[in-house]
Amino acid sequence: MKISSGAVVEGGTSLNYKTGNWRDQRPEIDPESCKQCGICQEVCPDDAVRQVRDRYEIDYNFCKGCGICAYECTAEAIRMKNEEK
Amino acid sequence: MADIRVVEGSEAVALAVKACRPHVIAAYPISPQTHIVETLARMVADGDLNAEYVRVESEFSAASVVSGASTAGSRSYTASASQGLLLMTEVLYASAGMRLPFVITGVNRSISAPINIQVDHQDTISLRDSGVIQLYVESAQEAYDMHLAAFKIAEDPSIMLPVMVCMDGWVLTHSYERVEFLDQEAVDRFLPPFKPENYLDTANPKTWGSYAEEDVLMEFKYSIHKAMTEGKSCIRKIMAELTALTGRDYGGLVEAYRTGDAEVVLVAMGSMAGTIKDAVDDMRREGKKVGLIRIRCYRPFPYEDLVAAVRGAKVVAVLDANVSMGSEGAVGLDVKSKLIGRPGVPMVIDFIAGLGGREVNSTAVREIVDRAERLSSSGLPPPEAEWLDLNPAIVP
Amino acid sequence: MPKKPTGKTESLFVSGHRACHGCGLALAVRHILEATGSNVIVVSPTGCLETFSSPYGFSPWRVPWIHHVFENAPAIASGVAAALRAQHRESTRVVAIGGDGATFDIGFGSLSGMLERGDDVLYICADNGAYMNTGGQRSGATPFCAATTTHPAGKTSLGKTERKKDLPEIVAAHGVPYVATASVAYLGDLKQKVKKAMTLHGPRYIQIDTPCPSVWNFPSHLTLEMGRLGVNSGLVPLFEMLDGKISKVKKLRVKVPVIEYLKQQKRFQHLVVKEASRGSLMAVQEQADRNIEKYKLMA
Repeated sequence: MKISSGAVVEGGTSLNYKTGNWRDQRPEIDPESCKQCGICQEVCPDDAVRQVRDRYEIDYNFCKGCGICAYECTAEAIRMKNEEK
Repeated sequence: MADIRVVEGSEAVALAVKACRPHVIAAYPISPQTHIVETLARMVADGDLNAEYVRVESEFSAASVVSGASTAGSRSYTASASQGLLLMTEVLYASAGMRLPFVITGVNRSISAPINIQVDHQDTISLRDSGVIQLYVESAQEAYDMHLAAFKIAEDPSIMLPVMVCMDGWVLTHSYERVEFLDQEAVDRFLPPFKPENYLDTANPKTWGSYAEEDVLMEFKYSIHKAMTEGKSCIRKIMAELTALTGRDYGGLVEAYRTGDAEVVLVAMGSMAGTIKDAVDDMRREGKKVGLIRIRCYRPFPYEDLVAAVRGAKVVAVLDANVSMGSEGAVGLDVKSKLIGRPGVPMVIDFIAGLGGREVNSTAVREIVDRAERLSSSGLPPPEAEWLDLNPAIVP
Repeated sequence: MPKKPTGKTESLFVSGHRACHGCGLALAVRHILEATGSNVIVVSPTGCLETFSSPYGFSPWRVPWIHHVFENAPAIASGVAAALRAQHRESTRVVAIGGDGATFDIGFGSLSGMLERGDDVLYICADNGAYMNTGGQRSGATPFCAATTTHPAGKTSLGKTERKKDLPEIVAAHGVPYVATASVAYLGDLKQKVKKAMTLHGPRYIQIDTPCPSVWNFPSHLTLEMGRLGVNSGLVPLFEMLDGKISKVKKLRVKVPVIEYLKQQKRFQHLVVKEASRGSLMAVQEQADRNIEKYKLMA
């Protein structure tokens, strides 16, 4: 593919760059405890929490495993687990 | 009826810029550039020019404002000189890299220290590697005409680079000359509105100013170089259009003056060419075969034109109003680099001349021609650059 | 406080950017854009944000975005705003987002020029108190006593000996209509301030405390916690200024001793472990107390 003039890039193209493999800790949402408050989505620096109907899911393609969601979850519904390589 | 008036060079430039209908003008004072932006300010204040006029706090911001405006899709203009151009340096490199086609007048003035406000070319020459196209003019008329060409060259889709029109401070900016102006309709036909393919547009959001790694960085740099080198044909085409429009001969990236059969070819840029042409005429009357190549387009460097124009000459003498400390003058180095290795090329001798406003008069030009002839027939290798009219007695 | 799903629209700053784990700045940017909406052009100086959001070919920006050089984001923004006026596109607004190095230090002249000219730009400084993109060197925004790589703590040093430049006050002194401070720890407050700023015209300034796990050196899950501690200790006062006058402050429910904030960050460890630094520790506490008094932070 030819380079663009002036290195101008289409917006939103970072979705082609998966940061999930940066992760050594994996957040897992326990659907039983989740109160669907949406805090996990609010606080994710990587926009890696998706709302799917009335539930929240971690997008492991992008989650870097920082653990903010687990720490901030008021329902303690998110656990960080060691990523298995 | 042609509109012919005697105006100050700065006013001629301001009238050219006005005729190009810029959206955004950024202004910061520095001598001897200030009359240009002051004239534009009066036009805006009187409602004669409908442009956003941004009074910035530094030349760095002047270059930045026109860069931002250009990215947003507006035709933009600023002017500076000397220290101001150096302060813009980082911005100009980035703007060339981002392919932003604004126009800037580079009013030539010496660089500190010692501080000096007179003309030489050290300021704009210091920007020669930036990716900004540089046109050097000889007269107020040419300054007017080249500003029209500058926008058209900058905005050509095959080029998309900033263009700097370099004009000698005081000598051109503050002298009054007869200038012939085009009517607005003719300028509008020559220079249609700026319609870039990409601009900052919320309906089509794009990212400008990316970080490029080593896998593509060289290709980005090469693409600028290519836009310049291949752009020479585009510049020639635009110059031909301008020639047709104005009736003034702007054919070619260099002006070859009486070089056809010349044995001694002088090379120069800017207003000193006027003096040199007079000296050439005098020497021609005395039977000396002397000619001048005035480089109008310095970046991209017009080596094809140069090589053609020195064919048959015995010696080429370059007058450099700049110096690369510890080496020679920039134009001399360029000329040598393009001639070396070609069969039957003349000797090239570089003269550092006219720094900080030191006068280069017809006597000095004659001296250069004499010395060049003597050196070329001495059988010795070409000397290092000679500093013209230097007073070594006062150098510690 | 649990709340109903927001049903929010697609982010304007999407995944795949290369910010460090737990980056407060990346979090701030997404929320800033949520508050501004999509009809904005964003300008950023060189810095962390530029580096992690602009690798060629991979942009997280879903609004037009331009980075030019380090010290000129305010002037680029002025130029964009001028072009929008010239083209009668003023409904599109200009937002600059830069770090504290670009804002407090190298771009300060450019910022002052933009403010003085009255250009219609919302300038947001994401303040993490040092040059993080180059590894954490001292900036004008580095807090008193923080250790940085160019002003480390050592046998004869307790880190930065000068206080943080009071940029909100300096910006306000330009006579701009809106100045505010915010924190990623309080995202609702942050968004409300951005929204408020967007209702006004002329130069506006918001300084956001964006804790940096990588250089402040705390575990990445504590980014918001660190922000809260900063705010609740009084070291990071949150306020709004309308036309130069404090119009609103975020009151502290409980005042947290500064040591609770400092002890969790490596940049302040020398204050915690060194007996000799007790005086400095007290000076930091006094600074927090002064903020609490100045901004009337206690409820």
